[in-house]
Amino acid sequence: MEFIEFLINGVRLGSVYALIALGYTMVYGIAKMLNFAHGDVIMVGAFVVYTTCNTLGLPPVVGIVVAVVLCTLLGILIEKIAYKPLRGATSNLAVLITAIGVSYFLQNAALLIFGAAPKNFTSIVPYEGIQIAGGQITIDGETIVIIAVSIVIMIALTVFIKKTKAGQAMLAVSEDKGAAQLMGINVNGTISLTFAIGSALAAVAGMLFCSVYPGLSSTTGSMPGIKAFTAAVFGGIGSIPGAFIGGILLGVIENLSKAYISTQLSDAIVFSILIIVLLVKPTGLLGKNIQEKV
Amino acid sequence: MKTMKKIASIALATIMVMSMMTGCGNEAAVDSSVADGSAAVESSVADEATGATFKIGGIGPITGGAAVYGQAVMNAAELAIAEINAAGGVNGVMFEMNFQDDEHDAEKSVNAYNVVKDWGAQMILGSVTSAPCIAVAQKTYEDNMFQITPSGTAVDCIQYDNAFRLCFSDPNQGAASAKYIGENGLAEKVAVIYDSSNAYSSGIYESFAAEAVNYDFEIVAAEAFTEDNNTDFSVQLQKAKDAEADLVFLPIYCKEAAPLLTQADGMGYAPKFFSCDGMDGILAMEGFDVALAEGVMLLTPFAADATDDMTVAFVTAYQEKYGDVPNQFAADAYDTVYAFKVAIEKAGVTPDMNVSDMCEALKAAMLEISIDGLTGNGITWTADGEPNKEPKAVIIENGAYKAM
Amino acid sequence: MKANSIKDKFTNLKANKPLRQDLITYAIVIFAYLLIRILDMAGMVNSQLNGLLVPICVYAILAVSLNLTVGILGELSLGHAGFMCVGAFTSAFFSKCMVEAIPLAIVRFPVAILIGAVCAGLFGVLIGIPVLRLKGDYLAIVTLAFGEIIKNIINTINIGRDSNGLHFSMKSAMDLGMEKDGVFLIKGAMGITGTPGDSNFTIGVILLLITLFVVLNMVRSRDGRAIMAIRDNVIAAESVGINITKYKLLTFAISAALAGMAGALYAHNLGSLTATPKTFGYNMSIMILVYVVLGGIGNIRGSMIAAIILYVLPEMLRGLQTYRMLIYAVVLIVMMIYNWAPKSIAWRETHSAKDLLAKVKGVVASKSKKGGN
Repeated sequence: MEFIEFLINGVRLGSVYALIALGYTMVYGIAKMLNFAHGDVIMVGAFVVYTTCNTLGLPPVVGIVVAVVLCTLLGILIEKIAYKPLRGATSNLAVLITAIGVSYFLQNAALLIFGAAPKNFTSIVPYEGIQIAGGQITIDGETIVIIAVSIVIMIALTVFIKKTKAGQAMLAVSEDKGAAQLMGINVNGTISLTFAIGSALAAVAGMLFCSVYPGLSSTTGSMPGIKAFTAAVFGGIGSIPGAFIGGILLGVIENLSKAYISTQLSDAIVFSILIIVLLVKPTGLLGKNIQEKV
Repeated sequence: MKTMKKIASIALATIMVMSMMTGCGNEAAVDSSVADGSAAVESSVADEATGATFKIGGIGPITGGAAVYGQAVMNAAELAIAEINAAGGVNGVMFEMNFQDDEHDAEKSVNAYNVVKDWGAQMILGSVTSAPCIAVAQKTYEDNMFQITPSGTAVDCIQYDNAFRLCFSDPNQGAASAKYIGENGLAEKVAVIYDSSNAYSSGIYESFAAEAVNYDFEIVAAEAFTEDNNTDFSVQLQKAKDAEADLVFLPIYCKEAAPLLTQADGMGYAPKFFSCDGMDGILAMEGFDVALAEGVMLLTPFAADATDDMTVAFVTAYQEKYGDVPNQFAADAYDTVYAFKVAIEKAGVTPDMNVSDMCEALKAAMLEISIDGLTGNGITWTADGEPNKEPKAVIIENGAYKAM
Repeated sequence: MKANSIKDKFTNLKANKPLRQDLITYAIVIFAYLLIRILDMAGMVNSQLNGLLVPICVYAILAVSLNLTVGILGELSLGHAGFMCVGAFTSAFFSKCMVEAIPLAIVRFPVAILIGAVCAGLFGVLIGIPVLRLKGDYLAIVTLAFGEIIKNIINTINIGRDSNGLHFSMKSAMDLGMEKDGVFLIKGAMGITGTPGDSNFTIGVILLLITLFVVLNMVRSRDGRAIMAIRDNVIAAESVGINITKYKLLTFAISAALAGMAGALYAHNLGSLTATPKTFGYNMSIMILVYVVLGGIGNIRGSMIAAIILYVLPEMLRGLQTYRMLIYAVVLIVMMIYNWAPKSIAWRETHSAKDLLAKVKGVVASKSKKGGN
């Protein structure tokens, strides 16, 4: 019984990671860049919901819509200002460093705007939990919603990329930018769209993350961001189902090692398992094996 | 192209070096008048100039994850200084503070110390957090500069005789908590949830556990979390629940306590909660449902909604100026500034004394003074730098503190 | 014979451009050192600058050593702070243990540095093993994971010493079960306090010169060319008989050992050493990577200079108080775009260096006419 509780909590944590990792992996898969600022967009999303719902007292639905719209715009803006100029730079690392700069910027801007005092986020999930196994185990509403949302988003993303024209364009851009351009695909537009979707996902992830774990401050996004990045790599970066599975697994492993081994060393254990998995399967669980040509 | 890049970087570097040099040029004068007391001409100049002030160097995190503590200290210290100056300072000599950011990092804290030293600081208020404070204390000891930390709780923060603290030390709080729980028979089975990556939290836990053996309650679970993992407490709470603890001791800050209490409520776990001064501020936390903190007990020297005149005046003034309800860090900082003032009055030091002489005089005076502050009445200090004050046990009832 | 070879080198200096460049790099460091020393004697160095000197050396060493992995070997490492952490803790632990046994800092500190470097180097070999199988972002995440593991484990270590000898625990300080007279050497999250402050600017500069010497010589040597061959094309390198395993491990080990050295310098500069996310977490690793990328990947001198500029910048911005990290972020983004964006590079090419030099000279001349500031 105890084990099941730990497992459920692990899945809940894992779903949060999965949700963030989906945004990460999508941007990585298409734009071929590690967007270190992704975690901070999550924080911005949560703050927007907090401001509209807690401070202004508007209903959660309004908060959700405003947050998604604002984060989408923010994502496009960041891409235009900070990342686009570096497209075609001689090293991929250049844009990685700019992403770090953006991450610092967002954190410090949030610190100045919202103050240093941590906020307590009020859950936007209106549902009560359910009880199973004769009332011995409670699964709260947030857990159910977050698991459902991450599954829906995973499926929606997969369908979007496979079935729509824009999705196909993304695939083409990720394979070969030059060829895609020659085929008449608007590469810049496609990448902007990727960032827009990624940031909208980050907003959703932010509000759900804070609904489950209510502490909100300017650094809220950074640790989940890095964990989600780990999850994305774990599952095979660029792969959407991989990000989902990687996230869930990471959450479960983290929670179980906290429960049965050590609460202090859980990070060390999670990361050790990650290293071992990557040694056995160097491209992650669902990653593509790319043959190197001479 | 390369040349262009080089020119840009060299230009930048030059600007930096120049700004350092010019900065130091200006400060050289200040330095000599302060540090070199034997330069009779300069010190007499300082005497004649009515503009001479006591210069307090403040150090603490005002950016980054720990900014909430550093900003509270900075704001409250500014408030106290403004008050003292409005009331005429010490014999007409005003106070002045230069507060520098240390990002809660030992290295940056030492950098900050050097900056305020260049500015001409004669005494240090800080550092706010423990590990940076230890690093700065080493430097103030080398320079023999007088230091009071408002909130550096680790034992080593004041290992040298030039450093004092205003808050309780970790062992002090942990032992007091164990004593309170034991003597009042609050629980039989106690669980502890603490932050093992935080000096404050793990320090209190250790002394709590050491003291607990003397009382007839049992620690059934001691669960840690780390700074990187301070959002999800479900495992720790679950373990406490499974161990059937009827009291959970939380030597943690309200930043973590608020989500923890929310999660405990979510899983239907309602033991007694007992905490230390780090918990103070939880009622003022934006967005926190105070009903969740109902029945939480804490040992704290300061309660923002106390009704004594001094607290009311402080809280009103602080809220007017900064918009937030002050936490215990703010209260500690406020008292620290007054401790500087009273010690200066007692020692009879003047701004023209050199830093080392001033330190010696203030050190001696600290052992003789007694101040009535926000965090206690009749606070006195011992030679090891520790304050003597009584923690107050309060319980949260109907969203407000009530003395126990 | 030795003198002869030096003489040969001198005559070849004009023809040998890389060597000339390297000598310029050393000269910059030595010149900067002498300049600071002279200014110091003239009383022109304030405490702020004085306090920054050792950290500057630490970060310059870190940037140069990371450039070996990132620039020369071409592998992205996000765990450099982990090696620094190993070096810092092992050396500080040694010094703390031996502070009474070896009272002379001049003997103790070099040994401590050596221990830090060797331990970090061993970890470098350890982490080098996955390098052989992984590439790109997968390798990056493994190095990041490694850094976090190190930090996490060090935070749980407790070591104390009393009349019964050493005690070790990974649970809490109480479990050491020490006698009353016991002293803590490493105390969990509190880390090591009271490390002797042996670091100073001179030692820092010496270590920086050693780092530069090791890295630059390695780059110019046969080994270095082999490593760069691996970076440029693994398969081609393998086909001409270059031992990939050996060179990858070698690079990682040296880079890690140099980072460990920087860690030792760092640890002996401060009275308290804690493994916080800020000091030894991925944030720090990324910060070092920022120095390397901004200074130019593979450009050793560049990473040194970038480390100095970027470390000093936030200190210079102190006047901005709470705004300073925001401004720092903006400056970082602008510098990156200026240095790396294809459009910016093209713009710089069209505005030829000669024109600009003339302009700068003009500006300087007009400034000096005004009689300075």
